[in-house]
Amino acid sequence: MNANTPTLEVRNLKTHFHTKAGVVKAVDDVSFTVGRGEVLGLVGESGSGKTVTGFSVMGLVDPPGRIVDGSILFNGSDLAKLPDSQWRHIRGSKIAMIFQDPMMTLNPVLRIDTQMVEAIRAHDKNVNREEAHRRCVESLGQVGIPSPEERLKAYPHQFSGGMRQRVAIAIALLNKPDLIIADEPTTALDVTIQAQILYEAQKLARETGTALIWITHDLTVVAGLADRICVMYAGRIVEEGKVEEVLDQPMHPYTRGLIGSVPSRNKRGTALYQIPGMTPSLIRLPKGCAFRDRCQRAQEECAAEAPAISYPAPGRAIRCIYPYVGDSR
Amino acid sequence: MTVFLIRRFSQSLAVLLVMSLLVFVGVYAIGDPVELLVSAEADQFERARVIADLGLDKPLWEQYGYFLLQSFKGDLGTSFVFNQPALLLILERMPATLEIAFAAVILSIVIGIPLGMIAGLRPHAWYSRTIMSVSILGFSLPTFWVGLMMIMVFAVILGWLPASGRGDTVDLFGVPVSFLTWDGLTHLLLPAVNLALFKVSLVIRLTRAGMRENMLMDYVKFAYAKGLSHARVIFVHVLKNILVPVVTVVGLELGNVIAFAVVTESIFAWPGMGKLLIDSIYRLDRPIVVAYLLITVVMFIVINFIVDVLYSVLDPRVRLESKS
Ligand SMILES: Nc1ncnc2c1ncn2[C@@H]1O[C@H](COP(=O)(O)OP(=O)(O)O)[C@@H](O)[C@H]1O
Ligand SMILES: [Mg+2]
Repeated sequence: MNANTPTLEVRNLKTHFHTKAGVVKAVDDVSFTVGRGEVLGLVGESGSGKTVTGFSVMGLVDPPGRIVDGSILFNGSDLAKLPDSQWRHIRGSKIAMIFQDPMMTLNPVLRIDTQMVEAIRAHDKNVNREEAHRRCVESLGQVGIPSPEERLKAYPHQFSGGMRQRVAIAIALLNKPDLIIADEPTTALDVTIQAQILYEAQKLARETGTALIWITHDLTVVAGLADRICVMYAGRIVEEGKVEEVLDQPMHPYTRGLIGSVPSRNKRGTALYQIPGMTPSLIRLPKGCAFRDRCQRAQEECAAEAPAISYPAPGRAIRCIYPYVGDSR
Repeated sequence: MTVFLIRRFSQSLAVLLVMSLLVFVGVYAIGDPVELLVSAEADQFERARVIADLGLDKPLWEQYGYFLLQSFKGDLGTSFVFNQPALLLILERMPATLEIAFAAVILSIVIGIPLGMIAGLRPHAWYSRTIMSVSILGFSLPTFWVGLMMIMVFAVILGWLPASGRGDTVDLFGVPVSFLTWDGLTHLLLPAVNLALFKVSLVIRLTRAGMRENMLMDYVKFAYAKGLSHARVIFVHVLKNILVPVVTVVGLELGNVIAFAVVTESIFAWPGMGKLLIDSIYRLDRPIVVAYLLITVVMFIVINFIVDVLYSVLDPRVRLESKS
C-alpha cells in the first residue's frame, strides 16, 4: 500500500437479496472511492440502497442478502474475499459504523462502560481495565459529553437522543478507525444538535485523517459537509462529483429533481417541487434506466438499455443518456 | 423503595382480606361436614355437641369474624379430621411441594432457555422444527395423562424409577428434602419432570420469540459492527434482553406450578400440600381448605413481589418508585 492508495475503493459492488418474491438488487454495480480525511456524501431517497451499501462494506448484510459480485478494497486489500472471522477484526477497529436511530443502537440493559470496553477488548485482549477506562473517558470527552467519568456508569435510557448518538459516535471513535460510515446519524435529531455533530464530524476527518462516508437523504446536510457526493437511485450511483460542482451544475435529471425539492430561502412561498412518481420496486426492475418513468427528458432509448457510466468532466461521472450538459439551472 | 414497600404491603393486606371472605363463603357453600364427621349411629345430642364444638351452630358472619380474629394471632383454625392446627398441617407438607415446584422451575429454565435459543437462532433448521413440535405436545397433553404414562413406562415397564412417595429425606436447615439423597432424587425425578413439562414448553416459546425479535434489533447489528464475536452478542447482549420477560413469566408461573402440583402430587402420591388439599376437600375439612387457599394467596403475593424486584434488577429502565 502506498500513500496514494485510497482508504476505501468499492468496485462494481453488487449486493442482492434473494427473496421468495424475487431478487432484490439493492446495490447493483456500485463503485466509489474515499481517500484519507475525505468526506463522501452518499445521497438518495429512502430505499435507494444506501444502508445496504454501508452494511456491505461492514460485511453485515443479513441473509437472504449477499454480496454477489465486486470488490471492496480497504487500504488495498479486498474485504469481499475475507472469511467472516477475519472481517470481524476489521469491523469496529478499522471501519466503524454509526446508525440512524440512536434510540435503538445501544443495548438497553447494558451500562455504557460495558458497551464501550467490550468494543476495545474485542480487538485487543491485552488492554487492562484502567487503560480501557481511560480510553472510554477520552472518547466520550471528544464527542462533547459532559462529566464522562460519571456518565460511563449510566444506562442508555438515562441519555437523550442526541447524547445517545454522541455515545454511539464515541464508540465508533474508540479504536481510531481509518473509515467511519455514518448512516443518516442526524436524521432523528433536532437541527441544532445536528449542526454540532456535523461540525465535529468534519473536524474529525480533517484532523485525524479518518475517511468518512456520510449517508443521508438530505442534500443540505451534504452541502456543508462533504468533499464529494454520490447520488444513488434504485441501487445505482447515477451521478458523482465534487460537491459544489454537482450541486451547482447537476447533470442527471434525478439529481436536479432532488435539488429542486430542497426548501430554500429564495423560493419561499412557491410550492415545493417534487419529483413525480415513486421509487420503483427493486424486484424485477425493467430494462433500461430505472428513472425513466419519472424523467422529463426520457426518450425511447432510455428504455432500451441501462445507461452506462460516462465521464463528462474530470472527476464527474453520470449514468444518463440525455444529461443536462452545458446549461446551468 | 420505602414508598413502594408500604404501598405494596397495604395492597396485599386488602387482597388477603377480600380473598379470605370469598374463600370462607365459598367453602361454606360446598357441603356440610357434619354428615361426614358424626357417625350414623350418633343421637341428636351427640350431633349437637359436635356442631357446637366446631362452632358450626353460629351464624356465618360470626364464624367469619371469629376466624379473622384468630387468624391475626396466627391461628387459621383446627382441622376437623386431624384435630390439629390447619396452619401447622399445611406447613408440614409445604417443603415437599416447594421441592417439586422449584425442581420443575429449574428444569424448565435449564432445558427451556437453551432449546428456545437454538430454535430462535435457526428457525428453519430441522432440529428447531423438532423442538417446536415437541413443545406443542408439552402444551397440549394433559399433565395427569403424561404422568400416568410416565409411571407406566419408567416405573412399571422399565422399572427404572419409583412410582410414588418421596423416598429418603435428609434435613437441610431443619427442612426435610429429597434431592440430597439418591433414593430421594429418583423419587423426585418423575414428578418434577411431569410438573415441568408445561413450563418447559412455555419457556421454549418465550425464549424463541425473544430471540427472533431481538436478533433483528439495531443494537445487535451495532454490537456486530463493533466487531464482537457471535458468542458475545448472543450470550451477553441478546440473552440479557431475553431474560427480562422470561424471568418475569417463570417467576409468576411459580405460583401456578405450586397450584398445579395438586394434580402431580395426586398421581405420584407425593406427600405435599396439594395432596392434603385434595384429601381435605373429599373430607370437607373446611379449615384446611380455607388455610390452604389463603396460604396460596400469600405465596402469590410474595412471588409477585420478588419478581418485581428481580425485574428491576434485570431491566435498568424499570424503577420501583415510579410504578403506580
Ligand atoms: N433484509 C432485506 N430483505 C429484502 N430486501 C431488503 C432487505 N434489506 C433491504 N432490502 C431492500 O434493499 C433496498 C435498499 O434498502 P436500504 O439500503 O435500506 O435503502 P436506504 O438506506 O437507501 O433507504 C430496499 O428496496 C429494501 O427493500
Ligand atoms: Mg437507510
